[in-house]
Amino acid sequence: MLNTPKARSRGYKPGERPWTACLYILPGFIIYAVFVLWPILDTLRYSFYEWSGFSSPSFIGLDNYIKLYSDEIFRKALVNNLWFIVFYTVFPIVIGLFLTALMTRRRLPGMTLFRTGLFMPYVMAMVVVGVVWRWIYNPATGPLNQALRAVGLDALARPWLGDFDLALPAVGVVGTWVQFGFCMVLFIAGVQRIDEMLYDAAKLDGANEWRQFWHITLPGLRNEISVAMVTTLIAALRIFDLVFVTTRGGPGNETMVVALHIYRNAFAINRVGYAAAIAVVLTIVIVIISVGVLALRQKWVED
Amino acid sequence: MGQTELTNSTPGPTLSTGSRRLGRLSFKARDLPVYLILLVFLLIAIFPFIIMVFTAFKTSSELARGAFSLPEVWRWSNFADAWTQARFDRFFFSSVIVAIPVVLVSTALSVMSGYAFGRMTFPFSRALFFILLLGIMVPLEALIIPLYHNLRWIGLLDTYWALILPQIGMSVSFGTFWMRGFFAEVPQDLVDAATVDGCNSWDTLWRVLLPTAMPAITSMMVLFFVWTWNDFLLALVLISTESLRTLPLGLAFFQGQHTTNVPLVAAGATIVAIPAIMMYVAFQRQFIRGITGGSIEG
Repeated sequence: MLNTPKARSRGYKPGERPWTACLYILPGFIIYAVFVLWPILDTLRYSFYEWSGFSSPSFIGLDNYIKLYSDEIFRKALVNNLWFIVFYTVFPIVIGLFLTALMTRRRLPGMTLFRTGLFMPYVMAMVVVGVVWRWIYNPATGPLNQALRAVGLDALARPWLGDFDLALPAVGVVGTWVQFGFCMVLFIAGVQRIDEMLYDAAKLDGANEWRQFWHITLPGLRNEISVAMVTTLIAALRIFDLVFVTTRGGPGNETMVVALHIYRNAFAINRVGYAAAIAVVLTIVIVIISVGVLALRQKWVED
Repeated sequence: MGQTELTNSTPGPTLSTGSRRLGRLSFKARDLPVYLILLVFLLIAIFPFIIMVFTAFKTSSELARGAFSLPEVWRWSNFADAWTQARFDRFFFSSVIVAIPVVLVSTALSVMSGYAFGRMTFPFSRALFFILLLGIMVPLEALIIPLYHNLRWIGLLDTYWALILPQIGMSVSFGTFWMRGFFAEVPQDLVDAATVDGCNSWDTLWRVLLPTAMPAITSMMVLFFVWTWNDFLLALVLISTESLRTLPLGLAFFQGQHTTNVPLVAAGATIVAIPAIMMYVAFQRQFIRGITGGSIEG
């Protein structure tokens, strides 16, 4: 990823000096350093302090991290984030692969229209998505319960987002709805890059469509699948806007997620150092997962 | 389809055309189930928006009678109310004031630093590039807390600057990565020819490389716009004055206060959604290439 021999082998051009490159990089890098890099390092620093945000901070070493162990809400949030992975990563990738398999390599007329529509949820602000779905789930006037009552399934109508067992899946389904089009568009683009000869050879060998999918399409898509995994896993671990708008973590802490726990601690109950410690843990988890999946991809590609 | 016929010529011309024709005969009948399944998923994907737009044109009492029907009368007044009474005009203005400088400045800075990383050799280039990449990997949650306190300390909290500057910082991180990928692929001959013509590095970038880079730059700009337009967390934390709220923040607060007036909330949500949708439909190809291509190379 970082290694480009092409860029490195090139010498200075006549009249160019190393500081020419600096002049090109500096303006962007300064803004990045002040407003992104510095705060990242500060988060790490904050996490070793007890600080309300206003009083003077006191250094407490690793106490914030130790406290995390016994924080029931944090544990609940972490487990919920793992559940969201099922809705954000597993379901969308399976649906995306299913749809891709259906139309493998057939350039159907009207495909652009389908692609535009299926990708639409991914383009929307999560706040809009949350507002719309919160109303869809509205117990009294929401379209979902209206539809259930209209077809005589009154017994199934319920306050979806207020139900202790159903709130998390209800929010999760929204995640699936946002992500599946993205996965599909990614996979369809990938399928078109697979060498047609492979399929022709398989057909000559008498392989049916299922075997073609299993032995050619799926291995051919490992790059795209790993990208979909990284992107959707990060989205599931970072989920905030959607939960904030639909349930605010409720009922109880049934839909509490790590990012919301950070927000509450940092900006509502003023436990700034503790919130920073949670943020550090979240960041480490995200980086480990991203690097892990990318390493897995590297292994796949080498095989 | 032309491509398939070309690669399929190996087994022999007669056999090949024969089987192709067979395939083509059953084309429509065979694809009908595929279309139906796709149609179901398409409906699932766009149905919430359709129903949102319908709702935005209804009255509350009409909505209570049925969520799925077309509006009896297309009442534009909901939009007018959202725009003036609910202050969506202010929120829209804030979003535009933030998005335009972010997109323009981030693009200029990304092109410049991407050019340096892609075409020049200098000390610590790998280390610097890796440091920039941190900005793509690390979630916003990892920097929002100190960002709030630092901005408060320098007096920029609760101003447009508090949204613009961090957003540029994060965009430059992705943009440098994106433009470096493009510039590293430019044929050396093109650059050499420019050098022979007496261009220095700035002229080479500005007159020779920029025209060829336009598709890559457009993809990047569309992504910058949509990310900035849709941002919620930055605005939620860094903005407290009502009139400075951006559209997503304004919508979230508005929904909290007006849970009963669903049509008005729907009108507000539509106002937030339309610019992103328009941008997406207009630059669909570039947008999808940006999302998929950018992540594949990463």
